[in-house]
Amino acid sequence: MEDCQIMLQQKISDKDYMYPGHVACPGCGAAIAMRFALKALGEKTMMVIPACCWGVIAGPYPQTSLKVPILHTAFATAGATASGLRAALDMKEDTETTVVAWAGDGGTFDIGIQALSGAVERNEDFIYVCYDNEAYMNTGVQRSSATPFGSRTTTTPGKDWKRSRKKNITEILAAHRIPYAATASIAFPEDMIQKFNVAKQLKGGTRFLHVFASCPTGWRIPTEISVKIARLAVQTNVFPLYEIKNGIDYRLNYKGDRPVTDYLKVQGRFKHLTDDDIKQIQDMVDEDWELLRRKMENNLVT
Amino acid sequence: MKKVLEGSHAVSEAVRLARVQVMSAYPITPQTHIVEALSEYCSNGAMNARFLCVESEHSAMAAVIGAASGGVRTFTATSSQGLALMHELLHWASAARLPIVMAEVNRALAPGWNIWMDQTDSLAQRDTGWIQLYCEDGQEVFDTTLQAFRLAEKVSLPVMVVLDAFFLSHTFEPVDVPDQDIVDGFLPPFLPRFELNTDNPFAIGQMAAPTIYMEMRHSIQKAMERVPGELDQVEQEFAATFNRRYGPMEAIHCDDAEVIMVVTGTAASTCRKVISDLRAINEQVGMLKLRMFRPFPTDLIRQVLGSAHKIAVIDRNFSFGVSGIFAQEVRAALCNYKGHPSVFGYIAGLGGRDVTPETLEEIYWKTKSTDKPDAESIWIGLNPYSSFQSRSNS
Ligand SMILES: Cc1ncc(C[n+]2csc(CCOP(=O)(O)OP(=O)(O)O)c2C)c(N)n1
Ligand SMILES: [Mg+2]
Repeated sequence: MEDCQIMLQQKISDKDYMYPGHVACPGCGAAIAMRFALKALGEKTMMVIPACCWGVIAGPYPQTSLKVPILHTAFATAGATASGLRAALDMKEDTETTVVAWAGDGGTFDIGIQALSGAVERNEDFIYVCYDNEAYMNTGVQRSSATPFGSRTTTTPGKDWKRSRKKNITEILAAHRIPYAATASIAFPEDMIQKFNVAKQLKGGTRFLHVFASCPTGWRIPTEISVKIARLAVQTNVFPLYEIKNGIDYRLNYKGDRPVTDYLKVQGRFKHLTDDDIKQIQDMVDEDWELLRRKMENNLVT
Repeated sequence: MKKVLEGSHAVSEAVRLARVQVMSAYPITPQTHIVEALSEYCSNGAMNARFLCVESEHSAMAAVIGAASGGVRTFTATSSQGLALMHELLHWASAARLPIVMAEVNRALAPGWNIWMDQTDSLAQRDTGWIQLYCEDGQEVFDTTLQAFRLAEKVSLPVMVVLDAFFLSHTFEPVDVPDQDIVDGFLPPFLPRFELNTDNPFAIGQMAAPTIYMEMRHSIQKAMERVPGELDQVEQEFAATFNRRYGPMEAIHCDDAEVIMVVTGTAASTCRKVISDLRAINEQVGMLKLRMFRPFPTDLIRQVLGSAHKIAVIDRNFSFGVSGIFAQEVRAALCNYKGHPSVFGYIAGLGGRDVTPETLEEIYWKTKSTDKPDAESIWIGLNPYSSFQSRSNS
């Protein structure tokens, strides 16, 4: 764990590929994520966006909030549509353009997982980004399989708050032996942009980025602490920052040391939790962290 | 050059000669021979194309949507359950105005599992904005597939080339397969109306407010309305090169017919024989083979069928709670036509059951001898002893 460190970016482009005036909610982590991502990816990028909040943030006809082309597509299809677009560019001998599938957690963990798994198994040459706000936000905060244990959503309301754990999507992708899978957070811009740079350069196969993107509206937090909450998720090891190459070479980027309660207590979606519930969540986080640590130690590549 | 080809390979030969650039498909009987041949062509260099072996039909259609948005010529093929699984993306492809061509092999839907001929799969997709062309034999399958690319690219709408399971997909017939340069003369490289381009970034398929959505839908209909004229143009050029044309429909002996039988697919071939036998004994019978189902050739239908006394529509499909789908559409086309003929709806040959000359003769005599249809749909050849018949009231 000694080499555990946040990657430091030498130079971040001051160019923006997002127009001001988009329609994301105040404090939207997904909007921040796109802004950072495009700083690394640059103008030779095509975005494939399935149904999700970003389908709205990108703007209604005839507007667009991005300075790169966008192909909107059906909810379940990001992985497949991006595969087809990549194939078209290959046939036109355009190897420069980076194709990016940009989907929410619902479009990735749930309805789109089949198309994503298929694309990754074929090792399609594109970057898949899941911006994870831990529920179906676009349709009004319904639970997804990325919703964490303990959270209330509109379909896990009141006493029926979500009792099952969040699906570990990054490990699922790693099990495909994907060339590059990494987690990133909007609260760690240098680390995130660096990971997008790595992903951009690793052409020839699928690259997966799991980006933690807070949602003040759905999480019931004040908009001004959106980034702070995202930082706390990393600092409490609720959302560890790490990278995996080829599904076996693990590298941890940050070691958190704060109790989960610091993260949970400030969010409306968790406010019903008792001390016992929080203890249970702490145990789960510790267990996951331990698992990750062992994987790091057992790295086949040293 | 004439080759003896399986119907499936009439499709794949045409797709090869059309120089398709990106294909994606998921296997389902009886479509498999089409995509196996195309995979082989990509592998052995007969085609310079990418074949994406995706994990479902939903993804196959999504992949060709992605590819067509990138500005290349695309193709896919499916059948039955696969087409049903694609449904969401069928709407997407047409509304995105992408000239995708798909071969669709008419097969029954489950349960019970049944891999044989039945038209309900494609007809259930009639409202998805796809042009639909139904084929009678191997040559027509080949020719229609080539024409489909020209047509799709002219009107920026997707085209479904439909062929009967087994009766056509797995039957060998002589098919004239021209050389590449001749096909190139008929079908120039695809010039996309729009394509994603980083030098000129824009968004495709985004949100559309109530202030614009209706106009978008109307523009699709306007494109559909151009199809008959454009198909005619395409067929003229096709005929100039290949000396064959089909039209949106074919009317035989309809001018003086008292009874006109409306047929589609391979049943048209059977009907040709039945008609000529009946004419030989001086029966006033005609037949209308419907090739283009979407857009529906309402005006032509009125012209051809309007003057007959009775119309017998043969449906190898069914819309539960209404009737056979072709009968339904023919009735709708005729209903505002003064003094229109009675339309008899016959259901025959579902789930691969044969439609033999005897079936069609039975339909003819029944129509001739009855004044008015005694039911919306007349089911032909039901086995009265089947356990489903005796339980049908429960
Ligand atoms: C097939 C289909 N089912 C349901 C929907 C409705 N829908 C649109 S976006 C969405 C939720 C998206 O959730 P997620 O992927 O997490 O993105 P977010 O909105 O949270 O950014 C749903 C359920 C749809 N568009 N298509
Ligand atoms: Mg979400």
